[in-house]
Amino acid sequence: MSIKQLSESGNEAMTERALSALSRRKFLSYVGMGSALVVGASALASCDKDDDAPSGGVNLGSGDVGILNYAYALEQLEAAFYTRVMMSPFSTMTPTETAFLTDIRDHEIAHRNFFKAAISAAGATPLQDLEVDFSTINFADRTSVLGTAKVFEDLGVMAYNGAGKLITNPVYLVIAGQIVSVEARHAALIADLISNGTFSNTTDVNGLDTAMTPAQVLAAADPFIVTKINASNLPTS
Amino acid sequence: MNLQNIISDIEQQDPEVFEKLNGRRKAMKDFSSFAGKIALASLPFAFGSMFKKAYGQTPTDIIGVLNFALTLEYLESEFYKKGVGTTNLIPAGTPAVAALTKIRDDENAHVAFLRTAITASGGTPVTLTEASFDFTAGGAFGTVFSDYDLFLAVAQTFEDTGVRAYKGQAGNLMSNNDVLTAALNIHSVEARHASHVRYMRRARQAANPGNGLYVGDIRPWITLNSSNIGSPAVQASYNGEEATTQAGVNIRTVGGINISAEAASGAFDEILTKDQVLAIVDPFIV
Repeated sequence: MSIKQLSESGNEAMTERALSALSRRKFLSYVGMGSALVVGASALASCDKDDDAPSGGVNLGSGDVGILNYAYALEQLEAAFYTRVMMSPFSTMTPTETAFLTDIRDHEIAHRNFFKAAISAAGATPLQDLEVDFSTINFADRTSVLGTAKVFEDLGVMAYNGAGKLITNPVYLVIAGQIVSVEARHAALIADLISNGTFSNTTDVNGLDTAMTPAQVLAAADPFIVTKINASNLPTS
Repeated sequence: MNLQNIISDIEQQDPEVFEKLNGRRKAMKDFSSFAGKIALASLPFAFGSMFKKAYGQTPTDIIGVLNFALTLEYLESEFYKKGVGTTNLIPAGTPAVAALTKIRDDENAHVAFLRTAITASGGTPVTLTEASFDFTAGGAFGTVFSDYDLFLAVAQTFEDTGVRAYKGQAGNLMSNNDVLTAALNIHSVEARHASHVRYMRRARQAANPGNGLYVGDIRPWITLNSSNIGSPAVQASYNGEEATTQAGVNIRTVGGINISAEAASGAFDEILTKDQVLAIVDPFIV
């Protein structure tokens, strides 16, 4: 992306000011409301960015590779989170929870590493390793860990559901489908661990889950990612 | 939805699309004013109507996929309706009642949604009833509505099969963004159901360790090609799930990290083709 293009996306700055009014904690609870989340389409930028990053942030790229990088970014976030969870498990973690959360960690690592390999195989350059910020999460506290896990899993489901239509290569669409159902299995399990029976409380009146645009997803993930991500070249339809 | 881009795509396939749309200027105008007033969730219907007015019909392959999905939703909906409505099947006073009622309600909603979407797209939705199905599968599951553990085993099989079936059709819906997104939004709900039914079965297994319907370490996701069900009749729904190579990438070693075959297979669900799904559900259809 050129500097000229960057300067033209001036409306991001307005949204940035609006978003910065939300504290991280409030933003997290806002995300937890799921379907209530309505964020401006260009609400990518936020405060708390890596000062060393280029002003536009790291660019996800365009076309299918851009979507693969977008998925790679989300899987990096999830893999890093569950790796931290299992490095220092909360003290009340049951054997069943340990088994489940270990599985989920391994699944997310598999997803992350898959995307890095697939992007290289497509002849493109994978996104850099993202710097994450988990300072709002209390890894010693079950409620904090599972609450964050629920945010990440539901966000992942909405992200893949929204990204499907942006993909042009059927092979990648099937891969996204193969991953999103596993994310949905995770999301349901985490919801059940928080409150048994809430596995599909995300549905609307038609019994459907929600799809979110990359801009909405990245805005929701922004409080946890220090590296500034530029999604401006992603396809929009 | 970027209508202009969609029309551009169509134009590549059909250079006369603008003439057709302009020739039906009022249809487009109706669509534009209508689209502003309706909820996002209704967009598939609106797009279906616009497409129908321009072409006279939605591509039959998309209608076919939607009717295939509708058939599976009827199968699930009638199964849970009968199960929830059967006295002394689901243990009273347990969370299972609310959980299976929620799943039933989701499946009912999917039936209604798909019927509306098909009609709005100019197609004719299939209509099925309880009498259309034999949930004993010709006697293989003869006690499905009196043996709760068997009921849960069949429920798990239906949910896991549904997840694989939707996934297998995604590629056939790429020409219609809104139908594709709606299908994905149903697909993930089926996966949520599958996860919960498996979680319920794990708890039942712990309470009934001698029951042969429960096999192995039941998790909310599929491990290798294990059904975790003590019946060979359901195995076709799980064959192929043991895959650990995706798009040419060996998941067990990718990135230089060793991942177990169990985790590598569980990290990706697999597709089933329409023919595979029809073979699986055939014993349940009268």
